[in-house]
Amino acid sequence: MEFQGFRRKDGSVGTRNTIGILSTVVCANEVADDISRHVEGATAFMHQQGCCQTPVDIARVNETLIGLGKNPNLAAVLLVSLGCESTAVGEVAKAISEAGKRVETIVIQEVGGAAKSIAEGTLLVQDMVQEASRLERTSCPVRDLVLGLKCGSSDTTSGLAPNPALGIASDLLIEAGGTSILGEVTEFIGAEHLLALHARDEDVGKQILDLVKRMENRAKSAGQDIRGGQPTGGNIKGGLTTIEEKSLGAIAKAGTAPIQAVYEYGIAPQVKGLVVMDSPGREPEILTGLAAAGCTVIAFTTGRGAPQGFPFVPVIKITGNKVTWDKLRDHMDMDVSSVMEGEETLPDAGKRIFREILQVASGMLTKAEISGYTKAMDIYTVGPVI
Amino acid sequence: MKNDAIMIHEKDNVATALRDIKPNEKVVVGTGDKSSVIQVQQPIPYGHKFAVRDIPGGEDILKYGEVMGRATQDIAGGTHAHIHNIESLRGRGDLER
Repeated sequence: MEFQGFRRKDGSVGTRNTIGILSTVVCANEVADDISRHVEGATAFMHQQGCCQTPVDIARVNETLIGLGKNPNLAAVLLVSLGCESTAVGEVAKAISEAGKRVETIVIQEVGGAAKSIAEGTLLVQDMVQEASRLERTSCPVRDLVLGLKCGSSDTTSGLAPNPALGIASDLLIEAGGTSILGEVTEFIGAEHLLALHARDEDVGKQILDLVKRMENRAKSAGQDIRGGQPTGGNIKGGLTTIEEKSLGAIAKAGTAPIQAVYEYGIAPQVKGLVVMDSPGREPEILTGLAAAGCTVIAFTTGRGAPQGFPFVPVIKITGNKVTWDKLRDHMDMDVSSVMEGEETLPDAGKRIFREILQVASGMLTKAEISGYTKAMDIYTVGPVI
Repeated sequence: MKNDAIMIHEKDNVATALRDIKPNEKVVVGTGDKSSVIQVQQPIPYGHKFAVRDIPGGEDILKYGEVMGRATQDIAGGTHAHIHNIESLRGRGDLER
């Protein structure tokens, strides 16, 4: 089984051939964003981190930027730095270039302000786009795909139709030798005992339970009932009552494949098959984490209609709520409400999702790419801003 | 017969409405290949849950055959089961202060 992808020098395969303009600190976002507006074929990744944080979070920012830069969907990378931030910009550039791609850095305080940096950066990125455009798609085996699994703005339809259908699609990808990454550890709370049963061995099972305990303790440290935050107000309006109920529906998207390994946020898996990555469920952080871990396509189920994509990874929106499908056509890619109506079986919906994943991986555009709804991203941090 | 609601696991004590349900409607609740008819007492919005039998306060709420919370008061069969009568057992930082 094959798809049409972009084979990179390090052997990995991208589903897009984009130039990534990565801001290295919150203070450089404006310049990164502006450069992306002057060039077709390049997108900016912006976030709120990179300075005045504890060392654990600075290390997290460095690792995440390296992971994003190495993502096979990027042909080349421009780092946009302010100059005085905590991010180790030189180290990030060096690590990304080890993947065999061109990396350039613009430092706003050295170049002499935003206007000059935008001009200089634009010329660099224009050159990168032209160079990248020589690469053509070729037939690549499905085992080279890395799929991110995500659900957001869930309601009670999520656990009944799109999540179990996505689980079937993920199983099909893994049977073909591919990789799926499951994040959203907050949404394991109350269902972790079932996930642990899927672990390939006792050690991986324990790592899953430990990850959930860490996340739950973090949530509880505020000294409040997390309901209202998880499940969210929107989840509750949609009929979800507790985090346990949300989790029991959310984990269905992992399918039935054995969980091979557990990774920290944004770390690329070293094994094929289904893996778990530490991450909260909120869109800006988990989409970034999945992209940094090397996902080249993301399948995102939604009940009430979450609009976000990611700057350089296609995000396929799948809903089981007919009302959402009819109302939010500019954000939804697939409708599986037929399962709710009893008109389509879950296995058939799963196969349909799998085919759509291969089509999107081969170049079909998602609604989030077409509408450009990809800007509000962030990196998951665990400590305070200081 | 088309299901008006779905009870995902036969052990469950709540069912999920597949359409807006009006008070005093008799609805078809599907579980796998089986189905039963329940008289609903209150309006149940699409996607919300109702008790399929009388649930005493303090009893576990089961969905997907798993514990999804606990009844904070008696929930009569056919009435709305949601945040007003079900509490979460997890992420309860308020209980550890």
